[in-house]
Amino acid sequence: MSITIPIGPQHPALKEPISLKMTFDGEIIKDADIRLGYNHRGLEKLFEGKSYVQNIYVTERICGICSHSHTTCFVNGVEKLLGIEIPKRASYIRMLIGELERVHSHLLWLGVAGHEAGFESFFMYTWRDREIVMDILEESSGNRVHYAINTIGGVRRDIDETQRTRILNSLKILKERTDYYKNLGTTEPSFVARLSGIGILPREQALSLCSVGPTLRASNIDMDVRKDDPYLAYDEVPFEVSTADTCDVLGRTVVRIKELFQSYNIIEYILRNLPAGDIKAKVPRKVPAGETVSRYEAPRGENIHYIKSNGTEKPERLKVRAPTLANYPATVAMLKNGFIADIPLIFAAIDPCICCAERMVEVKDTKTGRAEIKTFDELKKYSRDFYKNHKKIKKDTVWPF
Amino acid sequence: MAILKTFFYLLVYPGLVFLIVYSLFCEWFDRKTYARLQNRRGPLHTGKAGLLQPAADLIKLFSKEDIVPEKADRIMFTALPVFGLAIILTSAMYLPIWNYSMTKTGFNSFPGDIIVLIYLLSLPTIILFLAGWHSTSFFSTIGGVRVITMFFGYEIPLLLSVLSPAILAGSWRLAEIAQFFQANPGLLSVNVIGFFIALAALQAKLERTPFDIPHAETEIVGGTFTEYTGRKLAFFRLITDIEMVVGSGLIATVFLGGFPGGIFSSFIWFIIKTLFVIFLLSVIKAAFSRLRIDQMVRFSWYILAPLGILQIFITLLVKLKF
Repeated sequence: MSITIPIGPQHPALKEPISLKMTFDGEIIKDADIRLGYNHRGLEKLFEGKSYVQNIYVTERICGICSHSHTTCFVNGVEKLLGIEIPKRASYIRMLIGELERVHSHLLWLGVAGHEAGFESFFMYTWRDREIVMDILEESSGNRVHYAINTIGGVRRDIDETQRTRILNSLKILKERTDYYKNLGTTEPSFVARLSGIGILPREQALSLCSVGPTLRASNIDMDVRKDDPYLAYDEVPFEVSTADTCDVLGRTVVRIKELFQSYNIIEYILRNLPAGDIKAKVPRKVPAGETVSRYEAPRGENIHYIKSNGTEKPERLKVRAPTLANYPATVAMLKNGFIADIPLIFAAIDPCICCAERMVEVKDTKTGRAEIKTFDELKKYSRDFYKNHKKIKKDTVWPF
Repeated sequence: MAILKTFFYLLVYPGLVFLIVYSLFCEWFDRKTYARLQNRRGPLHTGKAGLLQPAADLIKLFSKEDIVPEKADRIMFTALPVFGLAIILTSAMYLPIWNYSMTKTGFNSFPGDIIVLIYLLSLPTIILFLAGWHSTSFFSTIGGVRVITMFFGYEIPLLLSVLSPAILAGSWRLAEIAQFFQANPGLLSVNVIGFFIALAALQAKLERTPFDIPHAETEIVGGTFTEYTGRKLAFFRLITDIEMVVGSGLIATVFLGGFPGGIFSSFIWFIIKTLFVIFLLSVIKAAFSRLRIDQMVRFSWYILAPLGILQIFITLLVKLKF
């Protein structure tokens, strides 16, 4: 007997609203269907009404974790359209903040993985140490989450000598702790038993489903935008692309831990080889007409911004492809034939940021499948009418209504 | 006088009042230990060092709205928490803390009371299963089924491990087993394997990490308790807390030599020994990640049950030599 159950839009395993429609046979998942659109914020429309400088702060608010990834991706694209070269020091500082953000995002993910697997101690420990990175970020940018360090043509704040030594000192603690988590996360028997062998995504499938980031690299494919298509000064910084060959959730954990160490090395390299000079170049307000695609390796994977300019101070179109969106098809494939107990782990393993990936809402009638465009007032009227007419069937309603 | 003593026994110590107060204290102790092991502070604000936090949680739950789902079986849904609490309070009567005589048997201490205690301790599991089943929601049903699946895993190892001290002491009466080990404390070391099996089984019975599978919040929301709110949920929380006290009391009786002395010294021994067991349970809770249901059953049958049989074998060898 198979039953169809909605996981979400509200479910404790999901930190943000998304609907996973699952078909179970006992405890085994037979089919999965992902439905988006619960968290649409109309950001792309908002971009069109704001100037490029204002848009830096709007793109920052796409995501609460990889905020720097989105702004860097955006300003890199705009600078490409402007055809200017930013000062070396500025690109190093951008890289520094980007790597610190990766460290904080990966530590956060490790904690989330621990929480989803029911390993609360791991969660508490990693999140305690994430505070070290958050403090560094606050010290060097002024903010814990939305660093607001990027501006078109450079960065807004410089790194001075005291900050440099402080970051280097904190890195020592972080390295030590991460080493401990590496041991804990890859050898603790009950934790490893939960992670290994679930959410299998073979190499070919990972490629054909276009997954990105650690999910892809855990399937033993060394794709990393920082290496393949270097932006900023990543071609000058020595680092390795971390991969794992187990293709499961354990592999994704290992990849993230390895990337933590790579990020520590990059941060150290940047701080030791920080070039002197300006942090900002002078740029015109108007951007010449044209279009460009900007790629950035966010902690969750490849982030793409498509910018189309029409020669004014506002972009004509700004399209954001957040990494989570690229990983959804792979998630559906990974969930099939798993256990109920593995849903949160498999889903969390792509490090989903659901509201980042929400780009469009289509109002669809679930019975006829017909899509139509409705204004907000029409939608409100529809919902009022719906509940007025459906009072009678309250008792035996099945999802979706 | 005897009647008064019995009433005191049932209602105050170690009956209703003591059990509720002490189980709330144990919950605080567990939360605090767990928090310190995780580098947190734990409850702090309600009462001194957060001592009143579990009581505050309980009172809060009692004052919350009480909802019965439309599709649920109203009678069973309402009756189960009450039955559960009654059963677990009854089971506490059989712990040899006070008001029993070694020479003659009474209502709370007789040959075979160890079996009665284990039986009463396993009933709340059935209550949890029924509660999940009668809630009729998907998450509760899955939770209930998991409760019963786990029950088949840990119950046999628990019984095997508790049997071995009984075999060694040559008695089916808890008070006599405890007295035997008080007389021969050296023989406690024979049951070390059994002690750890019993700890693991108790951890599973209390549904704590790594065996919190039936109410794994990230998988099946609240599991068995998904539909329960307010008063009924408070009852279930109280059941779990008292079960922790009774379960650790059972382990302390058969593996740690019981609670010697009169009313006061036995009281102090009871507190010390149960807190020691609860401390170990907290350490287990902090040190592991949640297992999957199939892994849990495999662990019980491949590791715990053979170890339990090994323990009985060792006990028999020692018994032959002794």
